Amino acid sequence: MTDFRVNGSAVSIDGEPDTPLLTALRDDLGLVGTRFGCGQGLCGACFVLVDGAAVPSCQTPLSQVEGQSVTTVEGLAAGGEPHPVQRAILERQAAQCGFCISGVVVRAAALLADEPDADADRVAESLDRNLCRCGSHRRILDAVLAAREPAS
Amino acid sequence: MTEIATDVAANPELGRWIGVAGGRVQVRMGKVELGQGISTAQAQLAADALGLPLDRIVMVAPHTRLGPDQGLTSGSRSVFQSSPALAHVGGVVRALAGPTTPVAEYVARIADLDPALDLTRHEPLPAGPATAVGRSEPRLDLPDKVLGRPRFLADLRPEGLLHGRVLRPPSVGAALRAVPDGWKAPGVTLVRDGSFLGVVGEREADVDRGLEQLARDVAWFEQDLLPDDDDLAPWLRSGTHDEIPVLDETGAPSAPGDGVLESSYSRPFLVHASIAPSAGLALWDDDGVHVWSHSQGIHSLRDAITDALGRHPATVEVEHVENAGCYGHNAADDAAFDAVLLARAVPGRPVLLRWTRADELTWGPLASAMTATVRASLSDGRISGWHYEVWSQGHTARPGYSGSPGLLAGAQLAEASPLPPSTDPPLRGGGGTTRNAVPGYDVGPRFVAGHRKTDSPLRTSAMRALGAYLNVFAIESFLDELAEAADADPVRFRLDHLSDPRAAHVVSEAARLAEWEEPLADDTGRGLGYARYKDRGAYCAVVADVEAGSDVRVRRLVVVADLGLVVNPDGARNQLEGGAIQATSWTIRERVRFDRRRLLSGDWERYPVLRFSEAPDVVVHLVPSHAPSVGAGEAAQGPTAAAIANAVHRALGVRVRDLPLTADAVVRAIQESD
Repeated sequence: MTDFRVNGSAVSIDGEPDTPLLTALRDDLGLVGTRFGCGQGLCGACFVLVDGAAVPSCQTPLSQVEGQSVTTVEGLAAGGEPHPVQRAILERQAAQCGFCISGVVVRAAALLADEPDADADRVAESLDRNLCRCGSHRRILDAVLAAREPAS
Repeated sequence: MTEIATDVAANPELGRWIGVAGGRVQVRMGKVELGQGISTAQAQLAADALGLPLDRIVMVAPHTRLGPDQGLTSGSRSVFQSSPALAHVGGVVRALAGPTTPVAEYVARIADLDPALDLTRHEPLPAGPATAVGRSEPRLDLPDKVLGRPRFLADLRPEGLLHGRVLRPPSVGAALRAVPDGWKAPGVTLVRDGSFLGVVGEREADVDRGLEQLARDVAWFEQDLLPDDDDLAPWLRSGTHDEIPVLDETGAPSAPGDGVLESSYSRPFLVHASIAPSAGLALWDDDGVHVWSHSQGIHSLRDAITDALGRHPATVEVEHVENAGCYGHNAADDAAFDAVLLARAVPGRPVLLRWTRADELTWGPLASAMTATVRASLSDGRISGWHYEVWSQGHTARPGYSGSPGLLAGAQLAEASPLPPSTDPPLRGGGGTTRNAVPGYDVGPRFVAGHRKTDSPLRTSAMRALGAYLNVFAIESFLDELAEAADADPVRFRLDHLSDPRAAHVVSEAARLAEWEEPLADDTGRGLGYARYKDRGAYCAVVADVEAGSDVRVRRLVVVADLGLVVNPDGARNQLEGGAIQATSWTIRERVRFDRRRLLSGDWERYPVLRFSEAPDVVVHLVPSHAPSVGAGEAAQGPTAAAIANAVHRALGVRVRDLPLTADAVVRAIQESD
């Protein structure tokens, strides 16, 4: 049994300690918003926050999150309101297929929590661990930059 | 009676297109959402056709039994096909159930229409006002995707779900030697048919571990069948070919000589590299076989599955479910059939099959390597003759091609359906190898031919723009070489050879918006590329600004396109922008690598794609037009590649003719030009 918190709730997962956190989230907890892209920690589609840091959940064994607090894309919304990064992406239609977006949102949310004034170069550098294949890069970068400002 | 839209004539029953539920009209189309936003554009077309506000329209999933067959969702034809079809459906509905206000009563009258009604026997009312069409409506599918809700195929969790994985051979042409007797792994069941091997189990962690163990335990015979990946151009020109004659006009320059320039260009094998691996869900029950797939063509997939299984088509049905971005014939159909084969072993249980990342990058159909040689004569600064030949593998191996099911696993079954050499779509549909092989310029007498290689071990099929990417790259690079020889500005030179005013307009507009004449810093260059996709689709000109130092960095792309009447301007811009950025990745980064036995580029480190910090700024301008609508998704690829190569030449004075335009390729071109 691995005990940890997901999006504020205590969970207990019955699985081998080397089971990827991603598998537990998607299959045991039904949190399918975290996407499987490569299983090697190289594409960023499965980023989640573990105690505030963005990590690829496909490369994070359950044993590593014992007692930790995990936030998934489903848990970024506050009080029913989407996260500012999500809102900005929707406002700017900054996606095509949208498969990379969960990981992008999580990574960008972590960055802006740490560095609320991150500039364009910093945002791009930070998202270099996320892959987008549809070519939505510039719209996504613009959306993340727009999300820094308080909602008007 | 007006001429009936092709898709309505093929699907005349009203109930295949629309139904009513919860006070809203459910619209079921045959064109599928691939991440390109077509679902939203079709909702806009449906709203106007039916005379309803957009929020009264619900798009429902394409389905072989319930919905219309509109063929493949490919070739930038969706709006072109769906627009007249919906105009007919909506025009008939308004004629029979109108007036359209009050809305609730109108919808109720639509609900009373007979689903079996034959649309071809009723005259549609003429189009009403365009209310939704022409507006940048937000995408209907994006909220789910951005907020992390279930939306993709692998998110489906039906009752009794089993997970599945398939073990692909380690190399092309490998034959199964042995599976250990009584092979077992915890929590999984082995599925085998011929050399097709897979595992199914209740828990995903078990099937992943089971697959790893199976890969370790199974032995294969392997062979060295692959060509030298550093020397593909001569290989493409050797062996056996199907000949594709396109144009043979008297007087085209048949050999190099005085006043005749000649150059050759190439691109390597590329791969779709979708961010999600392909997946499929299948269930065998008493009614037949139910399949959920992200295929581009659910009807041809259904036919291919029934063919491969030797069943009656009515016993197999396929429903479309979205997956990550699809850029052509990827492994979606193969994965659907894998799921069918796994589910056959566990009747009554749905099996969700997902490919591995390595399989996605190495076993999905590749986009063919290509090479072209172009020769032209110049007289008094004008092109006075043109000779163009292109060599490539075929650009389609879609389900049903060449009379075969065309499904990867089919070739592995005990009763195997082999995979014939890839072919090309017909020339009237734009062709494949020779797509955009005819220059859009006035060039005097022309010879144009393609040579489709038929003896390759590598499986290739359609990827965005097909042969147009290499052909436009070659033609537009060569236009700059000719302009240089004629001592002319590349933009002026093009305009002097373009008689179609819409073509001339996008070229001059791109030059103007990119400030073509403005001087550039050292090590930076600006280049232009132009094409009209498939000679009858979108006009598109791209200007690239690049920095060429130790590496090629594309800083900005200015894209100008004339798409005719645009259904959703922001959606069209998004498609052009994405196409241009993806083509930037192909052009400066991408190349499938292999040794003589195995494909080697099976992960994101060995198949690098463009990253966020490398993505250029993209400025998109749409030319206002009321000409018939054409697609935007494949217009920018070729022009972008040429614009980048032409800009590198401006920056460094060297011409890179072999893609990708990596630092190594630039160094090699400098050495060769010394």
